Amino acid sequence: MDIMSLTALEMGRKIKNKEIGVVEAAKAALDRSEALESIVHGFVTLDGEGAIRSAQRIQKLIDEGTLTGPLAGVPMAVKDNICTKGLLTTCSSKILYNFVPPYSAQAVLNMEKAGAVIIGKTNMDEFAMGSTTETSAYGVTRNPWNMDHVPGGSSGGSCAVVASEEVSYSLGSDTGGSIRQPSSFCGVTGIKPTYGTVSRYGLIAYGSSLDQIGPVAKNVSDCTAILEAVASFDKKDSTSVLRENYDFSSALVDDVKGMKIGIPRDYFGQGLDEDVKAAVMAAASILEQKGAIVEEFDLSLTEYAIPAYYVIASAEASSNLARFDGVKYGYRAPEFEGLHEMYKKSRSQGFGAEVKRRIMLGSFVLSSGYYDAYYLKALRTKALIKEAFDKAFAKYDIILGPVAPSTAPRLGESLTDPIKMYLGDIYTIAVNLAGLPAISLPCGRDKKGLPIGLQLIGDCFKENNIIRAAYSFEQTREYERPEIAKEERR
Amino acid sequence: MSNIITDETIEYVSILAKLDLSEEEREQAKKDMGSMLDYIDKLNELNTQGVEPMSHIFPVNNVFREDVLENGDDRDNLLSNAPQKKDGCYKVPKTVE
Amino acid sequence: MKQYEMVIGLEVHVELATKTKIFCSCTTQFGGSPNTHTCPVCTGMPGSLPVLNKQVVEYAMAVGIATNCDITRYSKFDRKNYFYPDNPQNYQISQLYLPICRNGYVEIETQSGTKKIGIHEIHMEEDAGKLIHDEWEDCTLVDYNRSGVPLIEIVSEPDLRSAQEVITYLEKLRLLIQYLGASDCKLNEGSMRADVNLSIRPVGAQEYGTRTEMKNLNSFKAISRAIEAEKLRQIELIEEGKTVIQETRRWDDNKEYSYAMRSKEDAQDYRYFPDPDLAPVVVTQEWVDSILNRQPEFRDAKIKRYIEDFKIPEYDAQIITSSKHLADIFEETVELSGQPKEASNWIMVETMHILKVREMEPEKVSFSPSNLAKLIKLIESGKINRTVAKEVFEVIFDKDMDPEKYVEENGLIMESDEGALKEIIQKIVDANPKSVEDFHGGKEKALGFLVGQAMKETKGKANPALINKILKEILMH
Repeated sequence: MDIMSLTALEMGRKIKNKEIGVVEAAKAALDRSEALESIVHGFVTLDGEGAIRSAQRIQKLIDEGTLTGPLAGVPMAVKDNICTKGLLTTCSSKILYNFVPPYSAQAVLNMEKAGAVIIGKTNMDEFAMGSTTETSAYGVTRNPWNMDHVPGGSSGGSCAVVASEEVSYSLGSDTGGSIRQPSSFCGVTGIKPTYGTVSRYGLIAYGSSLDQIGPVAKNVSDCTAILEAVASFDKKDSTSVLRENYDFSSALVDDVKGMKIGIPRDYFGQGLDEDVKAAVMAAASILEQKGAIVEEFDLSLTEYAIPAYYVIASAEASSNLARFDGVKYGYRAPEFEGLHEMYKKSRSQGFGAEVKRRIMLGSFVLSSGYYDAYYLKALRTKALIKEAFDKAFAKYDIILGPVAPSTAPRLGESLTDPIKMYLGDIYTIAVNLAGLPAISLPCGRDKKGLPIGLQLIGDCFKENNIIRAAYSFEQTREYERPEIAKEERR
Repeated sequence: MSNIITDETIEYVSILAKLDLSEEEREQAKKDMGSMLDYIDKLNELNTQGVEPMSHIFPVNNVFREDVLENGDDRDNLLSNAPQKKDGCYKVPKTVE
Repeated sequence: MKQYEMVIGLEVHVELATKTKIFCSCTTQFGGSPNTHTCPVCTGMPGSLPVLNKQVVEYAMAVGIATNCDITRYSKFDRKNYFYPDNPQNYQISQLYLPICRNGYVEIETQSGTKKIGIHEIHMEEDAGKLIHDEWEDCTLVDYNRSGVPLIEIVSEPDLRSAQEVITYLEKLRLLIQYLGASDCKLNEGSMRADVNLSIRPVGAQEYGTRTEMKNLNSFKAISRAIEAEKLRQIELIEEGKTVIQETRRWDDNKEYSYAMRSKEDAQDYRYFPDPDLAPVVVTQEWVDSILNRQPEFRDAKIKRYIEDFKIPEYDAQIITSSKHLADIFEETVELSGQPKEASNWIMVETMHILKVREMEPEKVSFSPSNLAKLIKLIESGKINRTVAKEVFEVIFDKDMDPEKYVEENGLIMESDEGALKEIIQKIVDANPKSVEDFHGGKEKALGFLVGQAMKETKGKANPALINKILKEILMH
């Protein structure tokens, strides 16, 4: 049996039943990663020794009966913008090429408490700025379904290593679609929780008002279990929200009878790939057949989400990334004259083109004379977008649509035209502006054989609605593995 | 392109952002920023008069900590990433002339 | 030459007396080895997040209420973006758009009567780290112990017209804040700092001239000197037909000269925007009321109470209350000794004397009221005389010694044993026949000499009244 083909929960059960040892699981993940990394390159850092050490520790805790959770002992990976104490955390940027955090993110602590065995840190677009994982300073990650295609981004590594079965699940982060879009491109499932549900403490900020950590796994049940483990109210994060309940598993019910599903017409217009459209509409009719009430409606303002997002995210990023200056950690230019040249050279050599582009834009829109016209305008637009969603959720339990206008593009195709690349986020970005939860799950494949993702969006704190619908839909189809995952271990 | 970004603007913004752009990057930045701003200008189609700018998505207020000492000396751990250090301090080029 | 007047506004930074920093639970204690009072938050580690210290808001509100401000009901924090190594995130968390207090005033006494100085706003912000210039290696070392220490910035309206008014205003603010316990306001340790915005205009003009901002003013004297120098500099420029440039200038108090701090790299465009990491602060009327109810007794009320309850002169009451610290020592001493007049005397005379001789700030007084109270009781019970008491007081002042222990150990208890004294005095009388003769011849002075001799012999610890009595007995016989 290839134990890496199991879902996270299946593996957790087998570990609990002593059918699989924790070290054995960690070794399987490491072996598989070693075999596939030269092709997939989903990791920036693999931590074999650390993984085995924590596997041994966790096995003990399981044997003692102190660790009983459903994910205890299961090998996983963490996106490289989430701090892990003692383990290199680079944000896939040269500027943090040697940064070993002195502390762990709360999300990591929560997963460790649940018995997670961290195998390594996954590749991403530099500082999560990108939709292809091609802006990483440490090389591109390839899509396990087709090595000539990107895995999506920015959590491309986190999604690719789950699809290729190098790990059982992973953590990603989503600022404008960075969990959902690569999940869709890689044929796996990912959740962007309601803003404030998962602590951002230790998540290296890109756009603070938009960033959320979330799970990536093979199916809805796994994602739900991970979400339950990772979500917490954290006093160290002022934007953390104390939720009424953290029970998401109870929503794993195969029943959508009477559920009201809205399909925004705006999401099916120009630019949407025909295969994607067909697969998503097919998913909608399956839910309808299962008893949901499906209706089309006009969400409105969709086209304004992207420009508003780029103003807000870039503005926040320009400030968030100011701390990378060669003084306290990370890269410092080898030669410079004086303080300001040290700043400029370290940053110019340390940051890649896309990051510089956004820092420049962000600095500009906040600069004197432009703040009102750009930044405040974007915040007002955000208020209107939130209002539009409020209106929609007064009528519908969930909103259903595609994750991205197309399936995974070929490597090297996207970066030449930034605006075209940004347009690829059109269906995911508004969710972050409005703080909503959303899930991406596979709903078919296109003519090229690349996975297509279905997006379900819920109202704030209503993860359970999207989990229930996603779970119900998932029951109607088999999980599809890419060829690379099926190959025998080398 | 309706937003023409001048050399002076790029120079000014790179001072703010502490970025040292090469001639080539500078030209690219002028183009990129111009076309991004053209795109962002789309927001002007929206009438946002009387709409309150929304900086925080949820009306969560008054998130406080009590004035209680919890942290001790963690200097070595924190300084471990410093590119240069001396006498328990982060070392930088001199800041005064 | 035309007559000019100054238009001055102040930005006063005050470090609040919280135990922990504004956004993390590191200590605010002054000093300490470099970077030992730091954590991921106050060193700007990637991924760290700020959480607001409630006490900071309460202190800021208390100062706002005491300076007649409106308390902002919905207030936010903004990021002020600029690069400098003392600022680990390269942005300072401050308040620009919605500061916690606005539109207040304080009243100061001037030669021409009471004057209102407007307070434009008070906002909360974080302090920066300290830069240490290393002469040996020609580099700068950064210590973040101060990074994140809470500050309030009190921004006045341009209502001040002279260095004297500025000092009076600062003294007033300092006392007010010390009374609130919101800060110790030590200029030399940087817990109170003032930046001076100054412009000049011809007397009678309505419009303001171009102003400059002066930084690095570490004492009231430096502030006065900097104001006078800047006034002259600006007048000279204008008289020569040149213009004053709006700029920030750094005062060098040793050279008594200021210089512009501008450089090409300082764009002075701070790109303020609301900090997405912090929640807004919403202040209810109940909260304002609860702060109001906790406001302490301020100076004017104290003076009145001292005069009425303790029966001490107004002048003394004013001196004692000129420092909250002294007033605290005084009140506790009174409480412990039950002798307000005595307590006031020790502070008014001996304490003030030592402070003057040593050029010390009253805030530096470190003896405990209980020891002063014990000293007062030692005198009251006749165990020591005033001469000895003065000596003991100096020890208390310096080392905060327990006076009971001290007089015991040093054998300073007053010699009140009549037999022993009689013997000593008899010897003195025998040894000084000339003085005895003079005394009998009507020279009262001779008695004083003999008393002096006896005091000398007993090393000052005899009860002077007793000596007088015994001496007279011997001489009359």
